[in-house]
Amino acid sequence: MPSVDIASEVRDFVITSFLFGKADRLTDDDSLLDNGVIDSTGVLELVSFVQDRFDIEIESDEIIPANLDSIHNLVEFIGRKTRSNS
Amino acid sequence: MCGICGVLNFDSRPADAGLIADMIAAIRHRGPDDCGTFTDGNAGLGHARLSIIDLAGGHQPMQTSDGNLAITFNGEIFNYLELREELEQCGHRFATHSDTEVILHLYQEEGVQCVHRLNGQWAFAIWDRQKKRLFLSRDRLGVRPLFYAQTSNGFLFASEIKALVAAPSVSAEIDLRALDQIFTFWTTIPPRTIFKDILQLAPGHSLTIEHNRLTVYRYWSLSYPDPGDRLANGEEELAEQLRELLLDATRIRLRSDVPVGAYLSGGIDSTVVTALAESIAGDRLRSFSITFEDSEFDESQYQQEAARFLRTDHSSFHCSNSDIAEVLPLVVWHGEQPILRTAPAPMFLLSKFVRESGFKVVLTGEGSDEILGGYDIFKEAKIRRFWARIPSSRMRPLLLRRLYPYMDGIQRQPFAYLQHFFRVSEQDLASPFFSHLPRWGLTANLKLLFSEGVREQLRDYDALDELAQTLPCGFASWRSFNQAEHLEATGLLPGYILSSQGDRMAMAHAVEGRFPFLDHRVVEFAARLSPDLKMKALNEKYLLKRASADLVPPSILKRPKQPYRAPDGRCFIGKAMPEYVEELLSPGSLQRTGIFDSQAVGVLAGKIKTGQANSAKDNMALTGVLSTQLLHHQFIQFKWRHFDLCHQWTSHPRFATLS
Repeated sequence: MPSVDIASEVRDFVITSFLFGKADRLTDDDSLLDNGVIDSTGVLELVSFVQDRFDIEIESDEIIPANLDSIHNLVEFIGRKTRSNS
Repeated sequence: MCGICGVLNFDSRPADAGLIADMIAAIRHRGPDDCGTFTDGNAGLGHARLSIIDLAGGHQPMQTSDGNLAITFNGEIFNYLELREELEQCGHRFATHSDTEVILHLYQEEGVQCVHRLNGQWAFAIWDRQKKRLFLSRDRLGVRPLFYAQTSNGFLFASEIKALVAAPSVSAEIDLRALDQIFTFWTTIPPRTIFKDILQLAPGHSLTIEHNRLTVYRYWSLSYPDPGDRLANGEEELAEQLRELLLDATRIRLRSDVPVGAYLSGGIDSTVVTALAESIAGDRLRSFSITFEDSEFDESQYQQEAARFLRTDHSSFHCSNSDIAEVLPLVVWHGEQPILRTAPAPMFLLSKFVRESGFKVVLTGEGSDEILGGYDIFKEAKIRRFWARIPSSRMRPLLLRRLYPYMDGIQRQPFAYLQHFFRVSEQDLASPFFSHLPRWGLTANLKLLFSEGVREQLRDYDALDELAQTLPCGFASWRSFNQAEHLEATGLLPGYILSSQGDRMAMAHAVEGRFPFLDHRVVEFAARLSPDLKMKALNEKYLLKRASADLVPPSILKRPKQPYRAPDGRCFIGKAMPEYVEELLSPGSLQRTGIFDSQAVGVLAGKIKTGQANSAKDNMALTGVLSTQLLHHQFIQFKWRHFDLCHQWTSHPRFATLS
């Protein structure tokens, strides 16, 4: 899947799930934690979405802000994982 | 326990007895046993009575024999017998056996300073005919409510807002800054209420009006000593002192001419209070509790254990998810402010159950967590500060795993995220609100749901700035633990725990709560304890546990603190969703109200319908939107007299006994 499509899907999910659809609040590089986009349970919702939608397994040591804390980081991470699966 | 109201016209118009009767009718649920009105020129008082002390002689409003003073009083003065004896020695003669009359005589002796002598929970108004003075006072911790409004030519007060808006001169309009506060702190900062120009008298405050001049002043405040002034006795001795104080606080709270029961939550606090009460009464106490289907919230195992251990005559009310959804409109109607959690709803149903079991008075353990170091938010702040001293430490943040063991979402959270969520910045460390910033930050995210118009009007407003203006002058010098305690005991305790979950839910069914931990002697003693005795390392309520080890079953003594919570979003999902939920979340309804962005709420509603709304934020968002919408419908769009939903639910067979 092209990274532009991954970005679009991830962005839609984050905006719908955590920002009640308010798209104007988030750039691709914004930290989801620092900006209060996800709360203490939000990351589990995010991991579940990424695993199901992109058919990848995320190990517990991969659930770190460097992989998941912005749209940009997520797209990079999903790209790496799908490439390693194929 | 009762409902009170009154008016004072600033011009020469006589007080309108009909208006006072209308006001008292609006809060008659607080006092179904008797009611009365009193007028004297431009002043008038009203009273709805729940008879508890001096059943035959306590009619109100009550006057002194010379007719110079009249009082309307909601609450209890627990040390009234001692005060009465003292006053009799000074030559006062009493016509009744009530605590109400004691306040009147004490006021004759000491004027507005009389409140310093009272041990109790009160909201009262005294009309002093000679001085042409109206004097209002509210108890130290805010157990009993008291609201007021000024109009162009008069002043009105009442136990509940619905009595004020019964007056044609008072209308309800949402105060957006108060709304912002609730969507940050879960409560408003006094004197604000959710309604513009309808104010509350803050806990520990009195108010006088003389010569049309209104003065509000603080008569008591919660403060903490410098380290050198803390109680320095040994642990054993302090534990004994705490127990003695609690025993006496419970003893005077058993003074009643009707039977007194107890709430048993399954935690330490209510078990201690019940055990002390039984030791004083020398008899089995009747105890009550709530149970839930969901094990995340249900504490019935511990409730049963406490009941067996104390040999109380125990019964419980089983609260289903659909019960919560069904009664939410009535909960909001009685609570009179938006709520972000549904926890008041089961308390509403429990008080109905208690009342139908023949009890008007219950003892509870409220207040202990705030004054004796019980909450995890204190532990959280302690761990975060400890970690901030060596930020590079790999061991210190591991303590974060000890927080909130009862919250599955936090427990399942990956450690890297847990660290990030509770991380400490330099800016946080310098903030007076250090302890509460994670909680308030999380809650404030809900403001995304506000409509563009509301967000625009709040663009330059910061609720934390307003709160900072209210902090007492010594706040900055207190230990951080004490600062956190103060924020809880003066914020969430009166603004939510004692009101939305406390007085308003109990009084909806004319049940009076009594709180031994909130006896001001206990509160002042606790304030002088070293924080390390309240939470020793990470052992919460350490001194209380030490003081009460023989009163509580070992399993309850050892269990981690579990605050009372109730199911939220899941109550409104699927087939159980009541019609009013769909209506209130509809774009048309949201646009009429104008508070929330209908598209944003639509996204939330979509998540709810598909069962994807599981986070703490979604749960708070749903309850916050629903309760605000309900409040707007009840108090603004239709005025309460025409409120269809309320009528619909009060006439529901299950709640047929509600008035």
